[in-house]
Amino acid sequence: MILWQMLRFAFGGLAANKVRSALTMLGVLIGVASVILLLAVGNGSSVAVKDSITALGTNSLTVSAGSSFGGARGASTAKKLTVDDAKALASSAQAPDIKSVAPVVTTTGAALYGDISYTPGSIVGTYPAYFETSNQKVEKGDYFSNDDVLNARKVAVLGSTTAKQLFDTEDPVGKQITIGGTPFTVSGVLKTKGSTGFNDPDDLVIAPLPTVQNAFTGFGSVNQILVQATSAETTTAAQAEITQILMGTHALADATKLDFRISNQASLLTARESTGKTFTVLLGAVAAISLLVGGIGITNIMLVTVTERTREIGIRKALGAPKGVILGQFLTESTLLSVLGAGLGVLAGLIGSHFSIVGIKPVVIPESVLAAFGIAVAIGLFFGSYPANRAASLRPIDALRHE
Amino acid sequence: MGRTNSGSRGGGRHTGPAVRAGDATRGDAGPPPVIQIRRVTKSYGLGDATVHALRGPSDPVTGEPLGVTLDIEQGDFVAVMGSSGSGKSTLMNILGCLDVPTGGRYLLDGTDVGHLDEGQLSLVRNRKIGFIFQSFNLVPRTTALAQVELPLAYAGARSAERRRRALAALSLVGLADRSGHKPNELSGGQQQRVAVARALVTAPAMLLADEPTGNLDSRSTEEVLGIIDGLNAIGRTVVLITHEDEVARHAKRVIRLVDGAIVSDVRQGPVAGPPPAIRPELVGGRS
Ligand SMILES: Nc1ncnc2c1ncn2[C@@H]1O[C@H](COP(=O)(O)OP(=O)(O)OP(=O)(O)O)[C@@H](O)[C@H]1O
Ligand SMILES: [Mg+2]
Repeated sequence: MILWQMLRFAFGGLAANKVRSALTMLGVLIGVASVILLLAVGNGSSVAVKDSITALGTNSLTVSAGSSFGGARGASTAKKLTVDDAKALASSAQAPDIKSVAPVVTTTGAALYGDISYTPGSIVGTYPAYFETSNQKVEKGDYFSNDDVLNARKVAVLGSTTAKQLFDTEDPVGKQITIGGTPFTVSGVLKTKGSTGFNDPDDLVIAPLPTVQNAFTGFGSVNQILVQATSAETTTAAQAEITQILMGTHALADATKLDFRISNQASLLTARESTGKTFTVLLGAVAAISLLVGGIGITNIMLVTVTERTREIGIRKALGAPKGVILGQFLTESTLLSVLGAGLGVLAGLIGSHFSIVGIKPVVIPESVLAAFGIAVAIGLFFGSYPANRAASLRPIDALRHE
Repeated sequence: MGRTNSGSRGGGRHTGPAVRAGDATRGDAGPPPVIQIRRVTKSYGLGDATVHALRGPSDPVTGEPLGVTLDIEQGDFVAVMGSSGSGKSTLMNILGCLDVPTGGRYLLDGTDVGHLDEGQLSLVRNRKIGFIFQSFNLVPRTTALAQVELPLAYAGARSAERRRRALAALSLVGLADRSGHKPNELSGGQQQRVAVARALVTAPAMLLADEPTGNLDSRSTEEVLGIIDGLNAIGRTVVLITHEDEVARHAKRVIRLVDGAIVSDVRQGPVAGPPPAIRPELVGGRS
């Protein structure tokens, strides 16, 4: 018996019960599409995190006030970070691995341009080193300079989102905006970094540290000190040096009771990435279950089909159909169901991945498409073979007598 | 249609008076019987609930069933009669290799069917046997032509060849113009004629029919029997189950079963030559 003949029988069998075949295929379709799509969503969020690691710069370290051990925080009289700490880090000879230091204060407030008012995500006061450390590139205009910092000039660099909100299509460079009553001249606009799905890194205003302190926060502590190590490999050494120096300035003796925290952006994001992986695996597991359910659907339908057509099997056997042909017919039917279902599922998955889902742009993993398709077809073969084998092994008379 | 049967066998064949089934026929010249069953029994169930569908005579000493023994010559036309539940269908299913006996041996063309594996059995069903059922047993949703092509497809015939032979078989039963009809578009008589066409399309040496006319009116019965007579006339062995004496009159030999045993075996016509219905002067003769 030729393959073509078998395919024709199988198509005939499926066509005889169109609704049933369609529903079974739908089960497989949903299984395959959800495997592809959910893995793409998981992968998409991992990719977004990976992108933001590179965007942040892998050799930056953030020092912030407070104990790294939650319990000790309230007990010790935690000293805040100050500009002096930053200066100590920047000027110390004990820190060969530190490239640059930028103290950071953050605040919020409404910005005004003409009659447009907009509240950016954050207002950052810092040193020019901040731009390099946090991987911020200017697109139009220029950064502010050390000179601007020393003179506490009222200049600001806008993130692209903020610039768009305030100026729309106008060129912001050189224009005056007012933040909390203080007029600032826009010196530049930053390049868009793009959302990571968690917050918008382009929605900010960056101004010289003393200017912001003067206008908003006062000259007390700073929120963070951003440190750039000389390279990605020296971040650990730089971290040790920072600890040493700050223990000195904070007069701490016990390395286990620090009143500041140093976080390594890269390692933070790696942690986030591994969370992302877990997320992907979980999504994949859910999807795999739905694929399995689709497979059970095939078995179920094939069992029903075989039971329903037992008499027909008896007739065919009485006419001399070899076991292989009967087996082949039902296996072809179930495989056809799963191949068609899986094919449509791949199509649905690929189309679905063009839409962003819960703020995440799905990124299809090519292997997942192959694997989902392959597994679905294998499931069709595997789960179809039981009913098919049962049908083919019947003695003709038993099949013919079947009610 | 393919190979015509190897002639209606020479007239030199012994056509003597009614031959008792069994050992008596052995030793004659000529081809051996196509069907030889030896002490075949078939029982269902176990213990006290055992039903002996085929038992044959009982052993006079132990009372054990001895099984049915029967020979059928090539070219014979045998009608099997008996009351309901007497084991006719059981016997027929064993002859058609659709069922296996509980005990005894069945030799088809000299080969012991009990020793064949599943694959060889399907070959035997496909090549040597044409089975006609009381309930037609057509494959649903399949056109008459495809229906008749099926056995050829299982035999591995090419598409063009299949079509040609299937159409020839359909025109033989007078249904050439109905080849595109599905079973639900055919009358009972037409369905049975499609089934007959399907049974004869592979030119099997043996045609087995389990009450082929049981569901048909007298006109359709005559049509179907006419075809079967014609097939026997060209040398096919026919075994047919019936309840009707009218139908049994077409046969050359009538076997009666009671409770799974053969109680009478009557020859109505010689094995060689056309069946009695085609030689009306012989009907009713030699009993
Ligand atoms: N699958 C089975 N299981 C149990 N008993 C069976 C089975 N098939 C047949 N029998 C029994 O075997 C006996 C013979 O059955 P069979 O079908 O051969 O009768 P029959 O002569 O063909 O009758 P009818 O003329 O009504 O068709 C019956 O008593 C029946 O009940
Ligand atoms: Mg019967």
